[in-house]
Amino acid sequence: MAATEQAGTVAGTGEKGPVDVKRVREILDANNGARVRTWLNLCARCGLCAESCFFYLAHNRDPRLSPAYKFKKTLGEMYRRKGRVDRAFLERCHDILWGECTTCKRCSMYCPFGIDIATLIAAARGVCYSQGIVPEGLARTLVNYRETGNQMGMSVEDFIETCEWMAEETGDEIRGVTIPVDKAGAAYMYTMNPREPMFYPQDLGMLAQILTVAGEDWTVPSTGWDCTNLPMFAGDRPLAGKVVKAMYDKALELGVGKILLTECGHAYRSAAFEGPYLAGIPDGKPPVEIVHSVRLFYEYLRDGRIRIDPAKKLKEPATYQDPCNVSRNGGLWEEGRKIMAYLTEDFRDMTPNREHNHCCGGGGGYIPMGPEFKGRRMASGRVKADQIRETGARIVVTPCHNCFDQINDLNKEYELGVRVLSIKEIICEAMIVPEEFLPEQEEEGAE
Amino acid sequence: MNSLYLFLTGPGVWISFFVFFGGFIGRLAFLYGLSLERDRIVYNHASPAWGIKSIGHWLLPWGSASMRLQPVFTAAFFLFHLTLLAVPLFFSGHNILWDEAFHWSLWSMPDGWADALTVVFLLSAAFLLARRLARPEVRILTTAGDYALLVLTTLPFLTGFMAVHHWGPYEAVMILHLLSSEILLILIPFTKLGHVALFFFTRAFIGFEMGSRRGARAW
Repeated sequence: MAATEQAGTVAGTGEKGPVDVKRVREILDANNGARVRTWLNLCARCGLCAESCFFYLAHNRDPRLSPAYKFKKTLGEMYRRKGRVDRAFLERCHDILWGECTTCKRCSMYCPFGIDIATLIAAARGVCYSQGIVPEGLARTLVNYRETGNQMGMSVEDFIETCEWMAEETGDEIRGVTIPVDKAGAAYMYTMNPREPMFYPQDLGMLAQILTVAGEDWTVPSTGWDCTNLPMFAGDRPLAGKVVKAMYDKALELGVGKILLTECGHAYRSAAFEGPYLAGIPDGKPPVEIVHSVRLFYEYLRDGRIRIDPAKKLKEPATYQDPCNVSRNGGLWEEGRKIMAYLTEDFRDMTPNREHNHCCGGGGGYIPMGPEFKGRRMASGRVKADQIRETGARIVVTPCHNCFDQINDLNKEYELGVRVLSIKEIICEAMIVPEEFLPEQEEEGAE
Repeated sequence: MNSLYLFLTGPGVWISFFVFFGGFIGRLAFLYGLSLERDRIVYNHASPAWGIKSIGHWLLPWGSASMRLQPVFTAAFFLFHLTLLAVPLFFSGHNILWDEAFHWSLWSMPDGWADALTVVFLLSAAFLLARRLARPEVRILTTAGDYALLVLTTLPFLTGFMAVHHWGPYEAVMILHLLSSEILLILIPFTKLGHVALFFFTRAFIGFEMGSRRGARAW
């Protein structure tokens, strides 16, 4: 335990001793299964992956940014040297693994062999992390996860207080809104990105309003409510497993029907796909069904549980940012577009779109990596900025916090003239509030 | 020279085919055993339908977005592979030998076709070589081994064509033909050329991973 904590210390303040080659070899060996072996050996160096990568495209097709080059220079080299690497080598890897890849998995779609390059990058991140080499911004969040179970270090008391406060506040707009905490047997257990209760509690309020109007049976857990998983991107597999398992365990303890995730991209990747393996579940399936907000909102709209006031549909041209982990890696791209059809009058799809849409550049841990990486994030985001500009849209809708932040930053950097909205924001504004939910003082219409 | 020729047309053939098939069986068996322990993710989400879709979209020319982005390369690449397989399997000269040895052979294409397809093969191989040299994102990845394997792959076709048309000293050309083919067969299971078999496995996996698990596509 102590060794792992040491390895997790902020790079630059931890010991700069020699690399623990034995530990590196252990990790390499653990990863050296049939898939990794075959991928590393089979890459025919055809170069088709290059054009798939927005880093490559944004930096004038610098061949050093092709996915094959990136994994060969990192994990490939680690295996070639049989783990006998030095700190300087790992620092160079750090630059590539975190600075030049968001693990968006677009390259896997363009490789003739279907090599899962993101998995190779993640394995290499694990090696770097074990030696205390990880972006400082990410390392800081890990301390919070360890101490409080959530990224922002929010205490249980503060969290429950926030829930109570938001329930009260939104009671002014929607009658009967509650945010039930730890309700056993609820149909949905809602988990969120900690920046919501911490900085944007109105997000939680909006979600509560929507679920109330839809007549949903739901709860929020007092622990295991953080569905984000930055350890997953930091290369700290054991901690990533603990974080997601805390959420699964709470859902099982409460006996809820399904886990509902907020509009977050990598939360879906963590909860639905990587999580079961991180948490050591042999069959690779989450113990409780995972539902992303995009899926639920789509079902509400489709089934008429939430109806949109036509007068309140977005009139300005709007486009949809496909979060990598919701669209390409989550399969929910059509649902997102169907939601857009309900909410907007002038929808302009990006090119390319759906599962082929480009990563915004903010995922894979990039946004939390902080100011020292911002310059690069803005440079590689040029591809996304160009895509947005080409649509002529004034609004970008995206069900992912990282895309939200990244596109807001890109908007300023590239003067795109757009505003970014989450789906729940729009639904909350535009939904028809039935009589029984209107606050008592108002006689007609809701604010 | 004669004894070398006799060796290559006798034991050499047996050895190279034995290593080719045995090497593949060995490698696949090893990977299978390893996967049962370390890659359960492959079996947890296996789906024949998604495996076939994932494989199929990449067996058809321009079947994936990636191939459509580089249509000329895709054409050359498919021609390269189709002729690579078609000529050795359906060339009359080879089938005569099979028939003599085992009283069984495959269909033989007209010799004129074999000539034409061999030329197509060599032209497409030249294109692939030129591409490797010309495109920066390919050149930066390319190793000496890549150039060597590509050249080695063309040698059986070049020397075979020469032998059929009696260009150059016949016995020397035939020895080169046999040697290059047999070395190639021996190397295939152990190098990136192992994609002969492994393509199907890695593609099936990504089909399971993206398709079966997420309803998403890997093409």
